Amino acid sequence: MKESYLLLETNPGSCSLSDIPVIDYVQFYQEISNVLQQEPMHIAHYFCVPVDNLLRFYCMVADDTTHQLRIYAHQCQRANAALESLTAVHQSMHIFEREMHENFGVDFPGHPWLKPVRWPHNRANQQSYMDDYPFFKIDSPELHEVGVGPVHAGVIEPGHFRFICNGEKVYHLEIHLGYQHRGVESLYTQTNNLLHKSVLSEQIAGDTAVGHALCFSQLIEKASGVEVSEKLQLERVIALELERIAVHIGDTAALCGDIAYQLGQVVCESLRTVVINTTQYWCGNRFGKGCIRPGGTHYPMSDREAEEILHNLEYVERRYEEMAAHLYSMPGALSRFDGIGTVTRTQGIHAGLTGMAARMTGIERDIRSSHPFQFFKSQDFKPVVFSSGDVLARALLRRSEIHESIELIRRIIQQWKNNFSSEDTLPNPDYTMAPTADCMTVSMVEGWRGEIVHVAITNEKGSIVHYKVKDPSLHNWFGLALAVRNQEISDFPVCNKSFNLSYCGYDL
Amino acid sequence: MEYSRYLHLPVPPEKETEKNKNIRNVYFGLPEASILLHHGKQFVPDLKNAVLTERFRGRPELSADLTTEEKNRLIDLCPVQAFEKENFCLNLGKCVFCKECHFALPDKVVFTNDYKIATNDPEKLKIFPGHKEAIGFNDAMRRKEIKKLFRKSLKLRQVSAGGDNSCEMELNAAGNVNFDMGRYGIEFVASPRHADGIVITGPVSENMARALQITWEAVPSPKICIVVGTDAISGGVFSSGNALDRSFFDQVKPDLYVPGNPAHPLTFINGLLELIGR
Repeated sequence: MKESYLLLETNPGSCSLSDIPVIDYVQFYQEISNVLQQEPMHIAHYFCVPVDNLLRFYCMVADDTTHQLRIYAHQCQRANAALESLTAVHQSMHIFEREMHENFGVDFPGHPWLKPVRWPHNRANQQSYMDDYPFFKIDSPELHEVGVGPVHAGVIEPGHFRFICNGEKVYHLEIHLGYQHRGVESLYTQTNNLLHKSVLSEQIAGDTAVGHALCFSQLIEKASGVEVSEKLQLERVIALELERIAVHIGDTAALCGDIAYQLGQVVCESLRTVVINTTQYWCGNRFGKGCIRPGGTHYPMSDREAEEILHNLEYVERRYEEMAAHLYSMPGALSRFDGIGTVTRTQGIHAGLTGMAARMTGIERDIRSSHPFQFFKSQDFKPVVFSSGDVLARALLRRSEIHESIELIRRIIQQWKNNFSSEDTLPNPDYTMAPTADCMTVSMVEGWRGEIVHVAITNEKGSIVHYKVKDPSLHNWFGLALAVRNQEISDFPVCNKSFNLSYCGYDL
Repeated sequence: MEYSRYLHLPVPPEKETEKNKNIRNVYFGLPEASILLHHGKQFVPDLKNAVLTERFRGRPELSADLTTEEKNRLIDLCPVQAFEKENFCLNLGKCVFCKECHFALPDKVVFTNDYKIATNDPEKLKIFPGHKEAIGFNDAMRRKEIKKLFRKSLKLRQVSAGGDNSCEMELNAAGNVNFDMGRYGIEFVASPRHADGIVITGPVSENMARALQITWEAVPSPKICIVVGTDAISGGVFSSGNALDRSFFDQVKPDLYVPGNPAHPLTFINGLLELIGR
């Protein structure tokens, strides 16, 4: 029997558009609802593309055990499109169906709540505005609402949170985002200037600049059939892991700040400074902007940088562990973290959580091991997994991942020293790459938040005509809403900081 | 002064040293005291003269002998059209500091590690060929009351309007234990009602335009407006898109422009100190 989907064996993977079998929606509905019942399968992306007066839908299902990615496709008339909702069968589909409803007006009968995702500038219903959105309400004289944002008390990005509370207890949290929408996805299709797109990738979420830039770079390399050297792959992964270490330490500082533990806050702040200054020493930018470019690099690592990285990480690891050992043995801190903001494993699977938000509930979901990219292809990487799903699990997961990433960087630098000498020069970035015509390329990277997915579709001239970006926050914001249910509203800050999700990565 | 302290770290004492043994003996049972002692002083003592790593991308310098052909090459190369064709210059308000122009013409375009690039006059952000001086302020454009009112204490409200979170993190870092701008009485406050001005990051998305306006109106006069990051100054890489609404700047003229992608905490702090006359 002919396969109903196309299989991508590698990450990043590329295929010709005409090779993707287009099935009818009844079959698609059946297949997807069956396949998502299996534990190691999760949805990586689901979106639609207008083709003349049709809408073509592409759905990517990641198979975590076989390292493969399945692409399903179906299509329907654009006018009055209505498809039976898959969300009823598998809730993690909810966000994708909402997005397609918002962008193209596709109706999904059976979807519990087609709430707009981000009010993009090219939304189907230009009559709907962010500011007159009717929030979810529960009618009761016992309950009251607390509205926060979009401008928050701290120096952070905008978003509106609407709590429905009974006294101190939160019954429901509605997260209202879209303020940050800058039209990223449509900017990718505006020019063919690869440098512009590289810079744009770094701005999707500034705290994940390396992650998104790496995802874009390996996508464009795959689409153009370019292989980069092993040495460059090693250096890219070092940058990615440095970013992970820096953010995890910074988030530990933020958690300490929220429980008014000042020593922990200032110690972790200063340790984060050491890590990002190491990145700056290497590439001139504290967030690694400019470090990752398609085809090559302007900042090849030399022995000098390798020594600096090893030296600083040794310092950071020792100082961080000293702090963490004390912090996580303090009753005052533990009582604020332990058992607070719990997300169960079942909730995690239903919400489609990715990255560290999934791993703290016991779901072993990590692109570095399930769909290895770059250096990880040659590694048998085992992610750290916690199971309690509370703030403490997220805090301890960060602690373990910091150690794991530092170890990983040490191993990589050792391998880098053993296999390469300073004579193995790396090429400069190549902005003249031409992606193959009429193809679809999917690229996945495990950023520090989780699974970053970029998908590009090219036309007959090889220009990118459709670009989709998925930041892990797209799934994980719902995890935060679940975490604060039945918690005291005063625990919201620690819950929020322990997830540390991206507003701009979600709003695009 | 050499590299600032926070770049080259004091090497922590090894476990065997005599000093460390004393720390353990004296502070046994007081882990926090031992942590404090191990960390030592972390703050940058002199924020005005700290030296950043040589690769830091700060104030660029263009060679005076750029040929027309080279100028055209730079204009074509820049992803955000930061090179202006008429009266050729590099506009730092548009530059995203990707440094590609340097890599294309290494002898003609150089990025120095001079981080003092904040100014009160957008014209000063234009780097002309042969211009090698510090950016500095335009004294004619200084508002007299700023120095008088805010010299000793300046409270700011931050509004992120489409910012990518890197500028926001750098603004947070400006108040952290390393940079500690609080020593000058400069702080971020939670409410616009408590603030003397606002700090805008991000290119001002359409969805955020109204909230920005409301926040600005909620700050009592006299007040100042500061734009941080290339995105906020010109829209940066997003300026060619359709999702921005920058009409706010038609009515409000910023008092301080802080370029960068993101702006370094030292750029921000030094700009502020110059603005309030410290």
